[in-house]
Amino acid sequence: MIANFIGVLFDGVAYGSLLFLISIGLSVTLGLMNFVNLAHGAFAMLGGYVCVMLMSRWGVPFLATLPIAFIVTAAVGAVLERTLYRRLYRASHLDQVLFSIGLTFMAIAGATWVWGASQQPVRLPEMLRGQVEVLGLHVGAYRLFLVAVVVVITLALVVMMERTRFGAQVRSAVDDADVANGVGINVSLVFSLMFALGSGLAGLGGALGIDVLGLDPTFPLKYMVYFLLVVAVGGAGTIRGPLVAALLLGIFDVAGKYYVPQIGAFIIYTLMVVLLIAFPAGLYGRRT
Amino acid sequence: MRRILFAAAMLAAAPLFAQEPLKIGVIAPFSGPFADYGRQFEGGIKAFMKVNGSTVAGRKVEILYRDTTGPNPEIAKRHAQELVTRDKVDFLAGFGLTPEALAVADVATEAKKPMVVMNAASSIVTTKSPYIARFSMTLQQVSAPMGGWAARNGIKRVYTLVSDYAPGIDSETGFKNAFTAAGGQVVDSIRVPLRSPDFAPYLQRVKDAKPDAVFVFLPAGEQGIAFMKGFQERGLAQAGIKVIATGDITDDHVIDAMGDVSLGMITTFHYSAAHDSPENAAFLKAFAEVAADKGRPNFMAVGGYDGMAGIYEVTRKLGGKIDGDKVMEAFKGMKLASPRGAIMIDPATRDIVQTVYVRKVEKRGNSYYNVEFDKIADVKDPGKP
Repeated sequence: MIANFIGVLFDGVAYGSLLFLISIGLSVTLGLMNFVNLAHGAFAMLGGYVCVMLMSRWGVPFLATLPIAFIVTAAVGAVLERTLYRRLYRASHLDQVLFSIGLTFMAIAGATWVWGASQQPVRLPEMLRGQVEVLGLHVGAYRLFLVAVVVVITLALVVMMERTRFGAQVRSAVDDADVANGVGINVSLVFSLMFALGSGLAGLGGALGIDVLGLDPTFPLKYMVYFLLVVAVGGAGTIRGPLVAALLLGIFDVAGKYYVPQIGAFIIYTLMVVLLIAFPAGLYGRRT
Repeated sequence: MRRILFAAAMLAAAPLFAQEPLKIGVIAPFSGPFADYGRQFEGGIKAFMKVNGSTVAGRKVEILYRDTTGPNPEIAKRHAQELVTRDKVDFLAGFGLTPEALAVADVATEAKKPMVVMNAASSIVTTKSPYIARFSMTLQQVSAPMGGWAARNGIKRVYTLVSDYAPGIDSETGFKNAFTAAGGQVVDSIRVPLRSPDFAPYLQRVKDAKPDAVFVFLPAGEQGIAFMKGFQERGLAQAGIKVIATGDITDDHVIDAMGDVSLGMITTFHYSAAHDSPENAAFLKAFAEVAADKGRPNFMAVGGYDGMAGIYEVTRKLGGKIDGDKVMEAFKGMKLASPRGAIMIDPATRDIVQTVYVRKVEKRGNSYYNVEFDKIADVKDPGKP
């Protein structure tokens, strides 16, 4: 009984970690830059395809594809930020939503055209397959790896935001862009870098997630709801909020499906409603 | 004088020249997540016309493809209405998914247009209009034989896991009824949402119940791959749990993408690309020639092929004069030699009667195939009263 529960808890944490990794970039654009980027899932999908292509076409090992997926997606994010997104920073939210939804549909059509409509397979290296025993408990090796990666990345993000000069620049650029500009911070560069970072993390999440979430051209639409849930419940603009929200949602989603499979798929929506009633601005949202 | 004779000859020949093409409107998903369904139909149809020519009973055959983009009843219905009123088709055909077929049933009834179902596999489809004949399968037809086979082969306790929509519930019902009637025990049943991204919690539940086997129905394609991955990751096979399923999960079109996980999996189904017969050899050869880009043909390609065979046969019988009621009469009791074996259209239900095979996944060279090792002949749809 207890072993079952711990197993469910672990699966939920792993699933939540993945959701967090993909959603954190959305939290950055939505909360810090005040931009509604519904095309965020498309960056995750791009990372997934980069990973699959590298593996199947050029035989690059899975682990080596991960940093490349991050870099390529970040670069594409930076280019799009400079050419397209930048024009809409001062536009209304409706314009941003319409623009990014349009971008999503273009990404879906493009991916279908290039890679076809079917699911992309991914072959994990032997050491990440099957189950391993940890303290007498059987857990999926890959899920353990996922959790480890997300812990490392979260720590790195927290350190970056709170201990480095760049983090300080980001926080001041967000708090008051005009003043930040006045004291010599290159706000537009800071925003570009943040956007690239968020996109890159989504791409990394997409690549890591193929084995759990699958990868096909409808990916950005299929998971958009989950990413938005994480940011809405957690509160945009923080790291802690989406992290706690993603873990909560992951655990409740998995536990719901395990213990009450008849209604399991609806648990997270119920949880969202309850949490948003209790915390209208999100768990760690900044009240304005 | 010669002029008059020539004119008379022209007049006499006129009906021949005025012969309209035989128009077949094919409604199916050609884009979106189910795009492979439409592509397989198209390949099967082309393969049939490659073997049998593009003229029947003096009429040139013209195929009009219409894309529903997925399980969209409104779009399917609109296409059907346009095909009937504007394009004046003789047959409506295709239908990858049950909602498409159900949406068009009324149009077929109203316009008295024969509707040839090439896949949509819920039991109820043929009951929705007297103008529907099915050349594919029903889910109960392939899942019930698995119930009997499992009980006869030492599988006593089974957990069922199906997609939560009509075909899933159909296959669950078919399996359960046959399995319990043969003395087996269904431990528990889970219905998972159609868009379930992660099977982990469901599979853990199955593992903890320690059944002899898990019976699975998932729509052909991505879900099957995700399920098998999870099955392997959770170590269910090591826990002594077998997977038994309808052939959707080891669909010929996706089985190579699944790889070694599928080895040894036992499924019941009506078609395998590995079926050994001259008809199938001819079909595979023609498909490879006309639809090389569509990969290996699967049961949907065969549905397209046999649907066309039915249309050709009926058109020949009626001498090229298509009339909805006469077509349906001619369909009843029709027998064809299909790439899957002998098939017949049940005169009472207009549904297909066919052999269901028990198959096991084996590796041949670098590819994986469903190799048939047992069969149950002349299976009717158990879902019909």
